[in-house]
Amino acid sequence: MSLRADAPAAATTVRRFSRAERWVHRTTAALMGVCVLTAACLYIPELAELVGRRALVVTVHEWAGLALPVPVLAGLASRAFRGDLRLLNRFGPHDRVWLRAALRRDKRRAARPAGKFNAGQKIYAAWIAGATLVMLGTGLIMWFTHLTPLVWRTSATFVHDWLALTIGIVLAGHIGMALADPEARRGMRTGSVSGEWAEREHPLWRR
Amino acid sequence: MNTGQPEQEGRPIGRRVLLGTLGLGALGVVAAPTLQRGLESFLGSAADKDPTGLTGLLPNGGGFRYYSVASSVPHKNATTYRLTVDGLVDRPRTYMLADLRALPQTRMVRDVQCVTGWRVPDTPFEGVRLSRLLDAAGVRPSAGAVRFTCFDGTYSESLTLDQARRADVLVALRMQDEDLSHAHGGPVRLYVAPMYFYKSAKWLSGITVTEDVRPGYWEERGYDIDAWVGRSNGRDDEPTS
Repeated sequence: MSLRADAPAAATTVRRFSRAERWVHRTTAALMGVCVLTAACLYIPELAELVGRRALVVTVHEWAGLALPVPVLAGLASRAFRGDLRLLNRFGPHDRVWLRAALRRDKRRAARPAGKFNAGQKIYAAWIAGATLVMLGTGLIMWFTHLTPLVWRTSATFVHDWLALTIGIVLAGHIGMALADPEARRGMRTGSVSGEWAEREHPLWRR
Repeated sequence: MNTGQPEQEGRPIGRRVLLGTLGLGALGVVAAPTLQRGLESFLGSAADKDPTGLTGLLPNGGGFRYYSVASSVPHKNATTYRLTVDGLVDRPRTYMLADLRALPQTRMVRDVQCVTGWRVPDTPFEGVRLSRLLDAAGVRPSAGAVRFTCFDGTYSESLTLDQARRADVLVALRMQDEDLSHAHGGPVRLYVAPMYFYKSAKWLSGITVTEDVRPGYWEERGYDIDAWVGRSNGRDDEPTS
């Protein structure tokens, strides 16, 4: 009767990310990691005391931050990456349903319809991209202090500090969710996920 | 919802979220002076009642921040610490901690202003006036400046002789009415009350009288040499002394 019951869904694998996309993620994650770690060494007194070498840590932080958008820009050469960006950008009616359920903390599968990316992933992607650009802009103002009116530096520092704190919290959430879902991690690591996982987590994908 | 390709259609909300984040960031920069003042007063009062000290980790949470340019800084105490005064002087001398403690002490309470923006109000410093050490050494007429070196092995600072002789420049032994801790540059640091705090070199170990000012560590990296609070480094903070 049911085709799905006959076919061993768990045995099938589905391609989720191309090699280029995984490298974009990997390099972005590495650069973001360097930014976060060096920022911590500049900002948290105990770590600053442990590491010292302020001029060196500042230089590493600046260059890692400058390089942070490069993997995504390079990824634009990949058709698969551009296609996924398009999916991340577009919000359908099901995304509204997903967000409502998330706000109500409704975890039932039926309440969380999602395509290749769920609404939460879409919002995260757009926000972290915007936040990274704000960090880049304010960072450049702090770096090249003589290019902008000098009042801007204090203001840029203010935004840079508070947004850094926010990004830290949001990134921790991103990593925490990945830790809780081994199959999602496998998708980012190997490029493939099980058909069963895809059907369960992203029912509208591949329709 | 299941017809066709629901994913390809829909509104470009992602782009709007991205642009909105950028807009908020720009707005944040414009509104920063107002927001910062409000937050500083709020967090400042919250920090007074905060037993965990977590507010100190927030931006503008008040309190000092630890900056060191060296990889590690040796610890010095009353037996290992030495301060040498040399250069263009008639009587070069090496002081031990006890020697400095035996000299008349001056206590001053001023705000501390860092060039990166943080300010700690009403911080007591106590120590020997630098002018006293210079007078004791007998500065030669050809001298025009004083160079400071530190036992972290890296940091250096400098003042003109006129700046160094000001009454609000101390070789500080105590801060916040306690002996200077290692993290704050103890056992002895420079304290230049009217200037940005990078002039107040931590872990002071050498005072050398020279002919001309030699730029210090951060000054070779772009900071102003005459670092008057509110009148240098492009900042307009309230003067501290």
